[in-house]
Amino acid sequence: MADGADLLTTTQMAQFAARGVLEFPSIVPSEINAAYLDMLGAEGAPAVAAGTPLSRAYAEGSPIRAFVETPAVQGIIRSLVGEEPLVDHHFSHVAYSPATMKARGFSRPQDSQHWHQDSTIDTRQAFDIQLMWYPHEVTREMGGTRYLPGSHLRIVSEAAIGRYQNIAGQRHVVCPAGTVLALHHGLWHGGGANRGEADRYMFKLRLNPRVRQVRLWDTRDLDARHGPQQPIFHITTPRANDDLASILLEPQPWFEADTGRLELINRVRLWRYLSGDAQFDADYWLSRLENQPGRRIETAG
Amino acid sequence: MTRQKVLVLWLADSALDSSVVAWSQWDGAGERRHIAGDEERAPYANGVMALRDGWRLFQVSPLAPHYPGTETQTSYLKYEFWFEKLAEVPEG
Repeated sequence: MADGADLLTTTQMAQFAARGVLEFPSIVPSEINAAYLDMLGAEGAPAVAAGTPLSRAYAEGSPIRAFVETPAVQGIIRSLVGEEPLVDHHFSHVAYSPATMKARGFSRPQDSQHWHQDSTIDTRQAFDIQLMWYPHEVTREMGGTRYLPGSHLRIVSEAAIGRYQNIAGQRHVVCPAGTVLALHHGLWHGGGANRGEADRYMFKLRLNPRVRQVRLWDTRDLDARHGPQQPIFHITTPRANDDLASILLEPQPWFEADTGRLELINRVRLWRYLSGDAQFDADYWLSRLENQPGRRIETAG
Repeated sequence: MTRQKVLVLWLADSALDSSVVAWSQWDGAGERRHIAGDEERAPYANGVMALRDGWRLFQVSPLAPHYPGTETQTSYLKYEFWFEKLAEVPEG
């Protein structure tokens, strides 16, 4: 812990670069979860001007302030977007149960939300994060957020991906109270259809970095894990479980044969940005493309 | 009356017998409502299996050259195959 923040590990950061999402079950204490739900039932969440520094966005003692000051949440924020990020926006999402929909006069339950990427076409290497906080238990019937691991580096235009209904490897949030997901802004997602007995709540907070997102996590083991290139294709010894290249190059069930390789290349580029190591490569994907006559490349020797 | 049922399969490469990576269905006959995230298992393992089950292929995404400067950028799923079945529904 540094200054009250549980910084992420190198393995967690590599998983974030590969999947575009990290899950943190039950990291928000129950009294903060309860206070947030009570606030929704009373005055509701406050409005915050876009671009407000996080430390000035929420009143001292308020449930949302307590949420962002939870050491585990502080660690996520500092590791991914650094000190004092800006609040882009927040929103209190609710997926109504069939009973609530009927009571509100609707003839049928809410549908799920189409797949989408938030905001708009975004070509930056710097990234925003979206924290999704589930203040109560979410069962499968309650239609927790649907998301697609590894989709975050695809450049698409918001709801243009709504044509896809189901994608191999899609996941649905099923979690205990106090769970937080940290998403890269590009991750494909959508709200699920609530077929449970209770309404489902989720607080989403989008944060913009104000610093270069380089080596912001607990990097004590990073240099040791940036080793030389390893054999590829023909391998005589198995790799270690925490091998950085293996984490970064984890495939997804939805990968197309050819563009799945482009995903790996783009993850290596993201890791170069995060690690500040412009020479980093995993399984030679970028070294091969960067090898041009007359230009020296790093070799294993 | 005749109504159209539509099945879209996104495959792992441009061959119809490559595996399904995503899928959607819309039912003009109104027998079933399909919504996002409602299935974890694809209806067919590949495009040929859909043909064998009576779906008629009517559109395939073209293979487009890569725009210079964006060759390694990824975006929408590439290998899109549209199928239809025609269903009879009662008048009125």
